[in-house]
Amino acid sequence: MPAPTAAPPAEVLPPVQSDSAAPQGRRRKNRLPYYLIIPAIVVVVVGTGYPLIWQFVTSFREYGLAQQFGNPAPFVGLQNYIEMLTDQGFWGIVLRSVVFCLVTATVSMGLGILLAIIMKNVGKVARLSLQIALLLAWAMPIVAYMTVWIWLFDDRNGVLNYLLSLLPGVDMIGHNWLVNPLSFFAVGSIIIIWYSVPFIAFSAYAGFTQVSDEVLEAAQLDGASGSAITRRIILPIIKPVLSIVFLLPLIWDLRVFAQIQLLQDAGSFGQQYDLLGTYIYKLGTGSQDFGLAATAAIVVMLLTLGLSWVYVRQLMKEDAES
Amino acid sequence: MNITKKSPAAKFGWTAIAIVATIAWAFPVYWMINSSFLPNSTLQSLTPTFVPFGGDFRNFSSALEDGTFVRALGMSAMITGLTLIVCIAFAFFAALAISRFRFRGRKSFVLAVLVIQMIPAEALFIAQYKMIAGFGMLNTVVGVSLIYTATVIPFTIWMLRGFVAGIPADLEEAAMVDGLSRNQAFMRITFPLLAPGLVASGVYAFLQAWNEFAVALILLPEGQKATLPLWLRGFLQDSAVNQTNWGEVMAASTLVAVPVIIFFMFVQGRMTQGLVGGAVKG
Repeated sequence: MPAPTAAPPAEVLPPVQSDSAAPQGRRRKNRLPYYLIIPAIVVVVVGTGYPLIWQFVTSFREYGLAQQFGNPAPFVGLQNYIEMLTDQGFWGIVLRSVVFCLVTATVSMGLGILLAIIMKNVGKVARLSLQIALLLAWAMPIVAYMTVWIWLFDDRNGVLNYLLSLLPGVDMIGHNWLVNPLSFFAVGSIIIIWYSVPFIAFSAYAGFTQVSDEVLEAAQLDGASGSAITRRIILPIIKPVLSIVFLLPLIWDLRVFAQIQLLQDAGSFGQQYDLLGTYIYKLGTGSQDFGLAATAAIVVMLLTLGLSWVYVRQLMKEDAES
Repeated sequence: MNITKKSPAAKFGWTAIAIVATIAWAFPVYWMINSSFLPNSTLQSLTPTFVPFGGDFRNFSSALEDGTFVRALGMSAMITGLTLIVCIAFAFFAALAISRFRFRGRKSFVLAVLVIQMIPAEALFIAQYKMIAGFGMLNTVVGVSLIYTATVIPFTIWMLRGFVAGIPADLEEAAMVDGLSRNQAFMRITFPLLAPGLVASGVYAFLQAWNEFAVALILLPEGQKATLPLWLRGFLQDSAVNQTNWGEVMAASTLVAVPVIIFFMFVQGRMTQGLVGGAVKG
């Protein structure tokens, strides 16, 4: 959905809440808020809105190599969509991306919450060192951490193969983890989990600290069991945080592009290593079929928007309350 | 949130897991820095060297010697700077509008701000490429900054909205009762209180633009115009033509990562708060 371009007639509505800056009951024409949002709208309409519309229109066109050299791009109705949705390869990639996303997001979520619980349960020194480690990981630029990880998984000099080979009877030196597609995606998943867990852990930890000790003590005095406290008190309090924290990785991991692209750079070519992000990129830049690429992009967008709708609704509710 | 009194054994168990997790998350970063000091001959041996004893800065000097790093640094600095300034100014205006005014269309604007963040970036790559190429702005700072600003601004608005809403308008009104004009009240009361929020969102925008890889890859095809992430990728690829010189590559990674790590330490807390919104009042 592009940014709203049509600004309705400007006037200040009566303040909804007393903390609104406009004094109670004042009704006068006020265009100020519109002037304030126009610059942002212009940038977003140019940078995101226009490409989005172009993408949408192009998905109904034949737009291959010939069109890029100036031939007219005829409208072909739903032909691109039909071609895409009847293509076995596309569904394979969709399925793979969804599985990849679910596995990666679930494991990230589980580990993130585990680390948050650890932070709650250890002494100050252990907690601080864990937090610093997580921050370091989170701060790494994507290309930098991908480079390090590719080296850690390197077939000959990688630390992983070295450590595995220390185990009796195991010789992994020379084993290339990026050849088999399954292990390629496992590597990708591990790296993405490593990178996304810090955010989840910090957010969950922030959520846990909201549960006050007094409430818990009161519940204990009233004779509530440990599991009852978890279910009735802790979970309801941290549920809003957890639902958001879980949704964000789902959205991120479905559209993962750079990590997979950089892993492919390390020596794995071919469609069997593609997820939706790299697939669209290749359709557009490699085979130069903008029509099909646009169609795939629109399909991915609908998938993501479907997934994230809950998140948006929750944030809107929060905005209405503030 | 100590539900039960912990036994020493349980405490020891938790601490042990904490140590394992600490190592798991810090190791790749440590490994990058460690290797950047070691000569390639050491790194190519089948036995890894876990501490950089006897290391030196030679990898850094050879990563820096052809001058491409400095050029990429300049490119990154210009793109990031432009994105940062425009993004913060525009986002600040918009955040003021939605947190201090109730106006018709406000709700759809807020909805748009949220929904736009959900649009997958790679769904727009091709169209953005076509558009920027049409403007004749491929390989330019302005072209990339335009796309970055459009991408970063929705979240920045949302983040700043939280900060502005956190400052009660009553404060301003009280100052106005005391005889300040509305603008004076804003500049003297609200703005100083907002400074931390502006800094936090600024660093967020900085990080997004500084680390961005995919858009830069598409909009800056010319090697001369590479940003730091592109430079690092090129460095790795060049090195991989022969046998990868991991020492130099890790030195290059360290050069790209260290400024970010320092900035990141400043902003982390505020960023988490913006992302999970009012759900966390930490």
